[in-house]
This record gives sequence, C-alpha cells and structure tokens, in this order.
Amino acid sequence: MPDLNQSARRGYVLISPPLMYSLVMLAAPLALVVLLSLWSQNYLELDRTFTLDNYIEATTEPLYQLLLGRSIIISGVVTVCTVILAYPIAYYVAMFGGKAKPLLLLLITIPFWTSYLIRIFLWKVILGYNGVINGSLMGLGIIEEPLTFILYNANAVVLTLAHAWAPFAILPIYVSLTKIDNSLLEAARDLGDNAFQRFIRVTLPLSMPGVIAATLVVFIPTVGDYVTPKLLGGTDGLMIANMIQVQFGKANNAPLGSALAILSMVTVGFISIGFVLLSRKLGKVKN
Amino acid sequence: MQKASKFLLLYAVFYFLFLYAPIFLLPIFAFNDSAIISLPLSGITFDWFFLLWETEALHEALYNSVLIASIAAILSTILGIFAARAASRYSFPGKKGITGFLLLPIVLPEIIIGVALLVVMVQLGLSLSAWTVIIGHVLICTPFAIVIMSSAFKSFDVSLEEASQDLGVGKIGTFFRVILPMVTPGLISSFLIAFTISLDEFIIAFFLTGTDVTLPVYIWGQLRFPARLPSVMALGFLMVTLSLILLLIAEYFRRRSVKYTINESTLMAKNEETVF
Repeated sequence: MPDLNQSARRGYVLISPPLMYSLVMLAAPLALVVLLSLWSQNYLELDRTFTLDNYIEATTEPLYQLLLGRSIIISGVVTVCTVILAYPIAYYVAMFGGKAKPLLLLLITIPFWTSYLIRIFLWKVILGYNGVINGSLMGLGIIEEPLTFILYNANAVVLTLAHAWAPFAILPIYVSLTKIDNSLLEAARDLGDNAFQRFIRVTLPLSMPGVIAATLVVFIPTVGDYVTPKLLGGTDGLMIANMIQVQFGKANNAPLGSALAILSMVTVGFISIGFVLLSRKLGKVKN
Repeated sequence: MQKASKFLLLYAVFYFLFLYAPIFLLPIFAFNDSAIISLPLSGITFDWFFLLWETEALHEALYNSVLIASIAAILSTILGIFAARAASRYSFPGKKGITGFLLLPIVLPEIIIGVALLVVMVQLGLSLSAWTVIIGHVLICTPFAIVIMSSAFKSFDVSLEEASQDLGVGKIGTFFRVILPMVTPGLISSFLIAFTISLDEFIIAFFLTGTDVTLPVYIWGQLRFPARLPSVMALGFLMVTLSLILLLIAEYFRRRSVKYTINESTLMAKNEETVF
C-alpha cells in the first residue's frame, strides 16, 4: 500500500501542533516538577544539588502521611458512593429513557455548568450551622440544637464531592449500558433467567467497562481537589492539595511541594493501575 | 420497551432533587432581603444585583475572564481541529498513544497542571499574567475540543472532500471551502464548551493569575467576607442563567451538526437509489 506512508505522514503533520503544545506546556513542565522535587529550598535560595530529602520528608513526616492517606480514603469513599449512586440513574436513562434520553442527559449535566465555586459554597449553605437542613429541621421541631456533624468534616467533603462528580460517573456507565446487545438479554430470558438474574449475569458484567471508567474518572481528580476540603472540610477534612498549595505559597518550599505533588500522582497512578489489573483479572476468572 | 419499576423511578426523582438542590437555592438567596445567607427568608430585594453593577473589581475580573476564556477557547478549538482531523482521517503508528496523551488532562488533577506551569514560570523568571492562565486553560480545554471535533469529522462524508479535489480545488481550499463549513456546528459547540470550562476554572487560575484576577479567583476572595455573600449569590444566579443559555446554544448546534450530516448522507443514499 503506497497510500499508507502518505497517510501516516499527513497524520503526523496534522497531529504535531497539538502534540507539540502538550509536550512543551505539559510534559516539559511535569519533568521540571520532578527535577525541582530533587532540589531543595534554602530559605530564599534554591539549592540545585540532587537530594532525596524532600521525598524522605514527604513519606516520613506524620502530617503528610496523614493528609495523603486521608485524601486517598476520602476520594475512595467519594468514588464508591458516586459510582453506586450513579449506576441506577445511568441504568434508568439507558433502559427506560426512550425518546427522552437526550433530554434526561441534558438535565443531568445542567447543574454542572454553573460556577463550581458557588456550587460548592451552596453546600455549605445547605449543611451549615444556620443552614437549610438545620433551619428546616429546627423549624419543623424535629431537632432543638443544630446538627454539627454535617459540616467542617470529612462527611461534608464526601457528600459535596459525590455531588460535584456525579455526571462524570453517570455518563461512562450510561454509554456502556447502551452498548449492550438486547438479544443477549432476550437469550437469558428465554433460558429462564428472571429479571434479577439477568441483571447480575448479563447487564452488570457487560457494563463493567463503564463502571471502571467512571471509577477512574472520579477517583484520580478528586484526590487532588483543593476547593471542597478548604471550604467544607474544617481541619479534619483538609487534603493533600491544600498542603501542596501551602508549600508553593506561604511555606515557600516549592521543592517539597513538588515532591508531595509527584508522590500523590505516583500513588494515585499505582492505585489506578492496580485497580484496572484487578478488575481485568476478576473479569477473566468469571468468564 | 419495559416499564421501570416504581422503586427505580422514585430513586431517579430523589437523585434529580439531589443534583438540583444547590441550584434551587441560588435564586432564593439572590433575591432574599437579608445580609445573612440563612433561613428563614425575609423579603424580596434587587439590591444585590445593583451592588454587583457598582463593584469595579468585579467588572475587571469579568473582563479578564471573558478575554482569557475567548482566547483559550479559540486556541483549544484550533488544536482540537488538528488532532481530531488527524485521528479521524489518517492512520499512523502511535496514534492511540498520542491521542491518549493529548486527552490526559481530563483525568489529571488540575492542581498538578497549575503547579507544573507555575514552576516553569518561576524557574524561567517570567511574570504571571492572563497569558499564563490561557496556557493552562488551553491544556484542559483541548481534550474536550478534540472529542467534539472528532465526532464532527466522523459524521462528515469523505466523498464530498474527494469531489472537491476532483473539481480541482487544492487541499487547503477544500479544507476552508468544504470541510470547515460542514463542521461549523461542531466548531461552535467546541468553542462554547471550551469557553464555559475556562470561564469556570478556578485552581489553575488561582496558581497562575498574577494580578489579572479572573472571575472565579475574585469569587474565591469574596467567599471569605460574610457581608459579600448575598451579592455572590446574585452573581451566581446571573452566571447560571448565562451558562444555561450558552449550553443550550451549544446543544442546538451540536444537534444540528448531527442532523445536517445525517440528512446529507440520507439524501445521497436516495440519489444513489434513483441512479442505480
């Protein structure tokens, strides 16, 4: 095929502007962050001798361990909640949406095209000491004192993030559900499976790619969330991104901040790869 | 088509209430005649909107944000066209890996992008400005532009391109006179989505903004002052309304792009039927 080379060449020419942009503006800066994490900050001076001190500090200092551990646990809980809550909705839209499917999908995304900051802040209004929940419950005479366990802790962060990332979980699951061949479900029905068995044995396994995609799309970015823990987390809900920001800002220790950023990215990367491999293995065993 | 069980339907209703709960509160507190954001409500006022009209710093932030979002949306749509055209029209070794790398910012925490660009600027001794924010926003908007433009190019009929070239129009002429007009709806949709993402982005702007404060960075500053909150609610209400309008326009053009190309191809199919 003489065409292939020409086609390949044209493809490379076309893809090179966006590729160059990403290499220069993303890959190179990330490489520089790695380099910086191997240097150290001497008050105002940057010491350019290679050292692993930042990584040693980032992994041994209890505060950083706590924050990274908490970030991963909070993100993990957020991911599980978001995906489990999203599945029935994706299922509902995919299976029973009919002609209203595009409208329902649009309705799901509309709340998320509003200011992210204000949306997060509104949760503070809902959960606050004088907030909507406490106000209504006290107005109805159900409680006498405002509930305090709903704001400024990890619960509030989980709830708010589960809300903020809902469409990112719904859409991939929805896509995988619509791809399921209806004849498979009919075959299962003909072979005597009831609705529940059909769901467990056919629908759920075939929608797993969507569930896995949803899990990754929610888990990876939420580990690095800054706004929600800062606004709703109190001191018990702060996460690693808040510490990274402090190191680049007030603490003026960019090398340590870089090491923390790299460490969290690597940790998240390993967990994600582990998750994908595990789910593949489980999928194979079942088959 | 089966009927959904009552339980599932009920669940869907509650889920939608959960999704919309914060948004419903916005107009309530934007028009509430009280300086404190809490229940019970006291009365209706338009004061908070007038206050917005008089706040100079807000206007400046809005101007910066619109400027940044426009440039970022144009640049990312252009990059998206290149990548989408390459991916949908040509095959070359490493295509999957390269597109995967270009789409990476979708899953990368935004704080990492902010930190990485900040490190570069500081090390090169460059000062932060609207341009540094634009650089970051182009990175996160391009993946969305690529996805939208890819679907636009995929529904585009290659034979039209071949016809144009057979009629003696060059490659560049064909691109501007045939391909681009056909994918215009996708183009508009990509621009609007990228514009909305950039307009709303906080973390990257927070790290890279310098003195050219963007709207979200301005709002972030206001959230610390309880007295400013009612006007933040009013601002939020205006922004919701605006982004809804933009989203509906984007959706309209996206649908039209799909419908348009489908009509074209069905028309061709019909023509073929009559010819043969």
